[in-house]
Amino acid sequence: MTGATAHDVPRPRRRARDSLGRPPLVLLLPAVVAVLLLVSPLVTMVVATDPSSLAAAAGSPAVADALWLSFITSTAATVICLVLGLPLAWMLARVDFPGRRLVRSLVIVPMVLPPVVAGIALRTAFGRSGLLGEPLLATTGFAFPYTTWGVVLAHVFVALPFVVISMEGGLRAAGSGYDAAAATLGASRWLTFRRVTVPLALPGIAAALVLGWARSLGEFGATITFNGNYPGITQTMPTLIYVERQSDTDAVLALSLIMLAVSVGVLVALRDRWLVTA
Amino acid sequence: MNRPGKEGPASRARRSAAPRVRRVAAGLAAVPLVAAVLTGCGPARGEDTLQVLAAASLTDAFTELGDRFEAAHDGTDVQFSFGSSTDLAEQAADGAPGSVLATADEDAMTIATDAGAAAAPTVFATNTLVIVTPRDNPAGIGSLRDLAGTTWVRCADQAPCGRVARTVLQDAGISATPASLEEDVRATLDKVVSGEADAALVYATDAASAGDAVTTVDIPGAEREQNSYLIAALAGANDPELARAWTDFVTGPEGEAVLTAAGFSRP
Amino acid sequence: MRDVSPGRAGGLAATLTVPGRLDVELTAGPGDVVAVVGPNGAGKTTLVQALAGLQPAAGEQWLAGADLTGVPPQERHVGVVFQDQRLFPNLSALENVAFGPRARGVAAGASRAVARDWLDRLGVGGLAGRRPGELSGGQAQRVAIARALAADPALLLLDEPFTGLDVGVAAALRVELAGHLAGYRGVTVLVTHDAIDALTLATTVAVLDGGRLMQVGPPSEVAARPRTEHVARLVGLNVIRDGDRFRAFTPSAVAVSLHEPDGSARNRWSGTIRSAAPHGGAVRLQVHAGHDLIADVTPAATRELGLAPGRRVWLSVKETAITAY
Repeated sequence: MTGATAHDVPRPRRRARDSLGRPPLVLLLPAVVAVLLLVSPLVTMVVATDPSSLAAAAGSPAVADALWLSFITSTAATVICLVLGLPLAWMLARVDFPGRRLVRSLVIVPMVLPPVVAGIALRTAFGRSGLLGEPLLATTGFAFPYTTWGVVLAHVFVALPFVVISMEGGLRAAGSGYDAAAATLGASRWLTFRRVTVPLALPGIAAALVLGWARSLGEFGATITFNGNYPGITQTMPTLIYVERQSDTDAVLALSLIMLAVSVGVLVALRDRWLVTA
Repeated sequence: MNRPGKEGPASRARRSAAPRVRRVAAGLAAVPLVAAVLTGCGPARGEDTLQVLAAASLTDAFTELGDRFEAAHDGTDVQFSFGSSTDLAEQAADGAPGSVLATADEDAMTIATDAGAAAAPTVFATNTLVIVTPRDNPAGIGSLRDLAGTTWVRCADQAPCGRVARTVLQDAGISATPASLEEDVRATLDKVVSGEADAALVYATDAASAGDAVTTVDIPGAEREQNSYLIAALAGANDPELARAWTDFVTGPEGEAVLTAAGFSRP
Repeated sequence: MRDVSPGRAGGLAATLTVPGRLDVELTAGPGDVVAVVGPNGAGKTTLVQALAGLQPAAGEQWLAGADLTGVPPQERHVGVVFQDQRLFPNLSALENVAFGPRARGVAAGASRAVARDWLDRLGVGGLAGRRPGELSGGQAQRVAIARALAADPALLLLDEPFTGLDVGVAAALRVELAGHLAGYRGVTVLVTHDAIDALTLATTVAVLDGGRLMQVGPPSEVAARPRTEHVARLVGLNVIRDGDRFRAFTPSAVAVSLHEPDGSARNRWSGTIRSAAPHGGAVRLQVHAGHDLIADVTPAATRELGLAPGRRVWLSVKETAITAY
């Protein structure tokens, strides 16, 4: 939103120096190193990729399946993160309940788990012989492992903490003053949530969802541990890359490049709208 | 932006969290970048340190052999990096520190030999595919034919154990669909041990290492599709003689005894 | 016990305690406008928040015959015009004003009609379609007042409604607000730091300091006999506390000289000039003499005596010019 007005104002031509003077070397140098560190492996990956294997990979049905599954499961996981995460973020940001700090700490824990540990944890809970999974299987005949639902569950598990924490930040940044104003006008908390809180925190909420989607798209450690790997059902793009890595290096580079292109494409498409305001 | 880049730490987390890595130093050495740092400022790696890169399925047998080797060669320290044969071979081809490479099949070893990183390999053991089920065998599996309709897993075609499994299934005329194609044999075994699968196709050695946790069902005719374990000294070995001593030890009578006890067959 | 009859009859009766910040007892009848004055940090905003139910407070609160003790803000029928207005930036002026009626269950069309009416009454009907970001400070404040009144509150809280507005805009709005408040049958509590608001709009002035009410009374009474230095300063009086009693005198009654005055004046002080600024046709000196005093002198005297900040002077007041209470 702020970007729109900024574009209207004529600006002096961008120069390396701003009005406060040249950036000090002690800050400039690490910043440049940081950029190189992040960018150079991606650039070399592009360079190292054999164009013919790229063409082969792009045309492969297995790749198409895996990409499609990645897209579907990440999107489904993001929707679930919205439905479950926004209310939780709201509770954390707006309701002063006992144990709030504890809940926030617990919610963050999966963020610091190595993905494979997340997968093992999911298995102990929702596996076919898991504490919750076994009764679920016994009563409904349904089990999460080896199903696309299991992939979505794993994605939600790893993405939800990021979504909740950044949504909470968005809600806090939007401030509770407007909520108070709405309350004095007679609005219930639910009405305030719909008409005031969410619209005002929308940029933060959207940024959180983009983050969750990206996290979900890249996730595979928990997925492969919890769900295994089967084309079309549980084999997402990162899983395919991981398994393929065992036999064909050229193909792996090509697959990684496709994954990179798709991720960058989505993030760039969303960046101007949301990520910048976040 | 850097999604694919993020896979690196994730996959490493998988490996370092898996039980197959027995020594922290060896596990870290599997990461070339970290290894490069460690050789600079880590624990001193003296002349009498032997670094062995070995297929995950050799974990138990080699750990046992390592202890015996250390006992027989006073002052020698044997360090292992267990992992996927292909991964390790690629690391060796890439110049990762190591004295000896032991792979679970010929294809993987070829990566290292083609790169000139490994000497001529020797076949030192073979392994046979078997069916494992949870101890109580809830799905009542007695042969490959019983796999249809159950939740069973095998290695992905990209892994050596997957190529063997596919051939064995084709030979037997079985077209049952697995629930998952696991990335390696240990992950495959793990699905049964944890009760997440009714059955899995793994090597006899893996079945042996799982002990009481699983029930083993032999596959008639599987011995025709045995896969070979190869061992070779690496060109970058800091002590070539020690590397040769290890390969001799593994292919010698003591190695044979330990490998046989672990479920391997003689070549 | 306390007299809560005004609260039962349609007015406001409240005893509110927020530990460490507020401890007040406030009553007002229907149609009353209570101006709450006090220095920064006196607890004015805390009082507004507590009355609105936005700040948990111990005690009791009755409004228009209803017990509001422990009742959440949305069920209180207390309208608030916030210092920073807090117009919903995502809604138009009209939707902002219609928000209250909508929240109370009035149909969409009827709510908009009510909103349009209130915007017209506050002279901003032409801005109905604008977002708050497209309104000037004065326009936004009018919309905020319309929004509070459109919800038909039994108690209207105005928190510094003229702060941050241009002087001319504030003056015009003050006159208009006086008209609206005159026709308003509920209780109004107006938080202000401006003596003019208190004197022109209020039926009662309540002086808050350190979270406590120091003085409550009609504006003329409070202005003539202030009991706190803050109010004395607001109304331009000198007040000296003398035990339980107060002695007040106007700045124009103070004589300024460079040497200790002779004669019988027993009220004299020596001090240093802090500031000198034009005040009407005179020059108002602020002198620190143990406590702060103000004195009005003619521009000619200022020049002749060289009355500039830093100068030591003597102040004296005739006993007859002093009101004691």
